[in-house]
Amino acid sequence: MASPLAKAADETPAADHAARIDHVSKSFAGPAGRQLVLDDITLDVAPGEFVTLLGASGCGKSTLLGLVAGLDEPTAGSISTGGRPALMFQEHALFPWLTAGKNIELALRLRGVPRPERRGEAERLLELVRLGGAYGKRVHELSGGMRQRVALARALAQDSRLLLMDEPFAALDAITRDVLHDELTRIWRETDVSILFVTHNVREAVRLAERVVLLSSRPGRVAHEWRVDIPQPRRIEDHDVAALSVEITEQLRGEIRRHGQH
Amino acid sequence: MASTDTTGTKAAAQDGQGGTAGRAGQAGLDVAGLEAGLDALETTGSARVPLRSTLVSKVLPPVTAVVLVLVVWEVLVLCHVAPAYKLPSPGDVWGEVTDAWMQGTLFGYIWTSVSRGLLGFLLALVIGTPLGLVVARVKPVRAAIGPILSGLQSLPSVAWVPPAVIWLGLNDQMMFAVILLGAVPSIANGLVSGVDQVPPLFLRAGRTLGATGLRGTWHILLPAALPGYLAGLKQGWAFSWRSLMAAEIIASSPDLGIGLGQLLENGRTNSSMSMVFLAIFLILIVGIAVDLLFFSPLERWVLRSRGLAARR
Ligand SMILES: Nc1ncnc2c1ncn2[C@@H]1O[C@H](COP(=O)(O)OP(=O)(O)OP(=O)(O)O)[C@@H](O)[C@H]1O
Ligand SMILES: [Mg+2]
Repeated sequence: MASPLAKAADETPAADHAARIDHVSKSFAGPAGRQLVLDDITLDVAPGEFVTLLGASGCGKSTLLGLVAGLDEPTAGSISTGGRPALMFQEHALFPWLTAGKNIELALRLRGVPRPERRGEAERLLELVRLGGAYGKRVHELSGGMRQRVALARALAQDSRLLLMDEPFAALDAITRDVLHDELTRIWRETDVSILFVTHNVREAVRLAERVVLLSSRPGRVAHEWRVDIPQPRRIEDHDVAALSVEITEQLRGEIRRHGQH
Repeated sequence: MASTDTTGTKAAAQDGQGGTAGRAGQAGLDVAGLEAGLDALETTGSARVPLRSTLVSKVLPPVTAVVLVLVVWEVLVLCHVAPAYKLPSPGDVWGEVTDAWMQGTLFGYIWTSVSRGLLGFLLALVIGTPLGLVVARVKPVRAAIGPILSGLQSLPSVAWVPPAVIWLGLNDQMMFAVILLGAVPSIANGLVSGVDQVPPLFLRAGRTLGATGLRGTWHILLPAALPGYLAGLKQGWAFSWRSLMAAEIIASSPDLGIGLGQLLENGRTNSSMSMVFLAIFLILIVGIAVDLLFFSPLERWVLRSRGLAARR
């Protein structure tokens, strides 16, 4: 299936990175003075690369994605991306005054897709996330999992070369999540989109990524990185996936334990 | 992992023969069916309420209440609790209605006031909306006139009638000025509070989609603020109508035409209590009708389409 994401490659010359996060720190003003959330993060996402970002709850994953998406400014360091990235929020963030289809069409419209093409494109994207019949449904009429899939379709409608995803499948049941893992892997392989995918599910991280990055907590730093050489298509229950997951989980436990000590 | 077994076995069985596409496709189809089942379970259809039960639950109660009031009123008149010049009977008031109907003046009274009220309200809408938007989004403007705007809301618009008469004279402009001074603050304040209640997530989502500046205002901010804005409009209409009636009662003049306010004032000067009652009822009915026929359905539709109101 031809995807709109494929087109972008021909138009723009390939950069040497899809996202460059360069010595980025972020602190917030809290009750006890400034609280450092992200500390000196340096991370590149290569064009076409699939990177998952792992970390305990509250370690600053969403904050980092917000910075990469340009929604907030880093306190120190710099971030460069080629063009505006698409961001799929941790909450579905669909607009309740629009139907599922119109949510997607709004993204298309803001991207500059001419009106006659929008409807067909929106239906194609809904088909892609297996929600063919949901075009006219209001957001509140959809189940949590369906909302998440519409949000994915809307993010894809942006046709960005970099797709940021913040725990997009955390609320889904295992069966649906499996399908969307397959779907996402397929979309990623067929196009040249780069994906930075946040999760706290170690197996999910290994199932999807070429590279897994582990963030430490308070402040968030890059603690460890793994290349995942297991050939795609993988399944979450594959032996190799499980083996690497055990190793990463061990490390993640260590990070969390280290915290209990001071 | 138990939950993935259904797909897992199927996909595993195919592993040997099928290529990647076959495997993904087959497992996908299988799961698509499963998912359709799940989705069907998770979303409920809403059945239409039959007409009969609508009549019983929505029309019957208010009709009963009105009939009850009429009965009590008639009883009070029959008991002579007050002299007839103070308390006319429902029959007298009805006589007043049929008289005005026969003379063809009834709709004239109503239309004079309603057309003024609606025109004034539309004007207030055109002024109040951009004003509210600017106050909501531009910090210095908000600091400067935000408090004044909310203060104006609590100032009874009758207070504006004397200065308006002095500045503009006894004419339609003066009526519109009073309506505007009553309704513009309500509409602007409604929009401001609507905008303030927009979840930041929507604005952030809009920005990632590229809706910034005016496009952000049009596609994200305004629709997101619509419920608060509508509440402001509703209140704005109530204030328009009230201000207009105050203006019509106080500032009656032959060349202004007879609206409901003047009808009320004429009733008083002619000592015709049934005319006063007629005017009061008409004022009340117009206020209720506009709300019932226009604002309530609009508000219900907006809230329902966003899943903010339960179907009743
Ligand atoms: N706007 C803000 N103001 C103050 N503190 C903030 C703000 N946003 C985030 N934080 C703090 O930054 C830390 C990281 O938050 P963030 O949402 O990035 O975590 P996370 O890794 O995404 O967690 P989770 O896995 O639970 O989603 C938290 O301690 C949070 O309290
Ligand atoms: Mg988060």
